[in-house]
Amino acid sequence: MARRYDSRTTIFSPEGRLYQIEYAMEAISHAGTVLGVLATDGVVLAAEKKVTGKLLDLSSAKDGGYGGSGEKLYLLNSNVIGGVAGLTADANSLVNFARSAAQRHLLTYNEDIPVELLAQRLCDMKQGYTQFGGLRPFGVSLLYAGYDPHYQFQLYHSDPSGNYSGWKATCIGANNGTAQSLLKQEYKDDIGVKEAIGLVLRTMSKTMDSTTLGSEKLEFAVLTVDPETNKPKAKIYRPAEIDALLLSEGLTKKEDDAEMKS
Amino acid sequence: MENSFALVGKGYLIVAADTTAARSIVKMKSDQDKIKALSPHLLMTYSGEPGDTLQFAEFVERNIRLYQIRNLYPLRPSAAASWIRRSLAESLRSRHPYSVNLLLGGYDIASDDPHLYWIDYLGTLSEVPFAAHGYGAYFALSLLDRYHDPNATLEEGLATLKRCIDEVSKRLVVSPDKYKVKVVDKDGIRDVEL
Repeated sequence: MARRYDSRTTIFSPEGRLYQIEYAMEAISHAGTVLGVLATDGVVLAAEKKVTGKLLDLSSAKDGGYGGSGEKLYLLNSNVIGGVAGLTADANSLVNFARSAAQRHLLTYNEDIPVELLAQRLCDMKQGYTQFGGLRPFGVSLLYAGYDPHYQFQLYHSDPSGNYSGWKATCIGANNGTAQSLLKQEYKDDIGVKEAIGLVLRTMSKTMDSTTLGSEKLEFAVLTVDPETNKPKAKIYRPAEIDALLLSEGLTKKEDDAEMKS
Repeated sequence: MENSFALVGKGYLIVAADTTAARSIVKMKSDQDKIKALSPHLLMTYSGEPGDTLQFAEFVERNIRLYQIRNLYPLRPSAAASWIRRSLAESLRSRHPYSVNLLLGGYDIASDDPHLYWIDYLGTLSEVPFAAHGYGAYFALSLLDRYHDPNATLEEGLATLKRCIDEVSKRLVVSPDKYKVKVVDKDGIRDVEL
C-alpha cells in the first residue's frame, strides 16, 4: 500500500505529502557536498567530487573551460557561479537552462541578470516538474553564488520542490547537517573573503569522507568584484590552483607532498 | 510643434516637455502632460504621431509596472531603456510601426546616479548628458553644448533649461508657449515650476 502515493509526482498522500519530492531530496543528501559562504567582499563555493579515480581522463578540465572539472561548479553567467548536488544529468540540463535564462535577460535588458531572479527562473521550472503528470522532479539542489548591484553579494539555495532561500553560509549534499552546524559555530557577520576561504576549506576537510584534501576530490570557486572595472569576477579554480591554495592554507598533509614529488 | 528637453546634473535629472496638443494647424489644448512617470524613479517624455504616442507610452508604462510587480526590484533606467528600444525596433519591423520619439531618464537606486537616454522611432538608443526632441533641438543642443555642466546644482540646471526654452520661444516660428518640468533624484519624482 505504501506504493500507492509515490509512483506519480502529482499525487498527494493522505498525510498531504509529495513522496517523489522527498525521495529527490533524499537522493541529494547522498550526493557530493557543496558548501557556500557569503563574505562582505565575495562569495566562496567548494564542492566534493564523487567521480574520481586514476583512470578518469581529466585532461579537458585541466586545459579548457572556466576551470573546475565540470562535475559540480559551473559558471551560470558572468556574475553567478552555480554549485550542484544530485543527479549530474539533471544538473546539466538545469545549468543549460540557467545559462539560457541569463542570456535572455542580457538580450532584453542589456544587464546581467540579478541573482535572485535567476534563482527564481530555475525554481519556476523545478516547480513545474512537481505538478505536471508523468514527470519526475529534478533530483538537483543548487547553490547560487552571485553579485548584482541591487543587493551586492548573495548566496541562494534551491531544492527539487522549487523552494529557494538566501543564506549567509550553507551546505547541500552528504553530511550537510554536520557542515551546517560547523558553519553556524564559526560564521561571523563581518567575515572577509580571505577568512571565508579558510572557513570553507576547513569545514570541507572535516565533513568529507576522505582523510586528505586534494584537487582530485575538491572543486573550488570564488566570486569577487574586480576593484578596477567594478565588475563581478568569477573564478573557478583549476586543479593545480586548488593544490596551491590547500598548501598555502596548510591543509595538505606533509607525507602526501613527499609522495607526490617522488 | 512638439519639443522636449532633458539634462542630467549632480544627483538629479530634469525633464521638460511642451504641453500643447495639436491637430493639423489647430491647437486643441495647451495643458497636456506629455511626461509619464514609469516608476518611482523613472520618467519618460513622448512625442511624435498623436495616438501612437499615448498608446505606446501606456504600453511601456504597464509593462514596466508588470516587471516591478512580478520581480523583486523595479527595472533600472538602463534596463528599461534597452527594453523600450527593443520594443520600438520590433514595432518598426512590423506592419504598423509606432512613430514615437522618447527621452527616458531616471535615477538608478542601485548605483546612486541619474541616467538619461535618447530614443527615437527607428530604435536608436544612446545614453547622453543632455537631449532634445523636436525642432527645438536645433536651438537647444548648441546652448546645452555651451552651458551644460554635469556637476551643476539643481538651480543652475533649471537656469540652463530656461535658457533653452527662452531661445526656442524667441527664434522658432511655431514655438509652444508652455512647458511642464519634472525633476527626478534619489527622493523620487516631483513637478517644478520654472
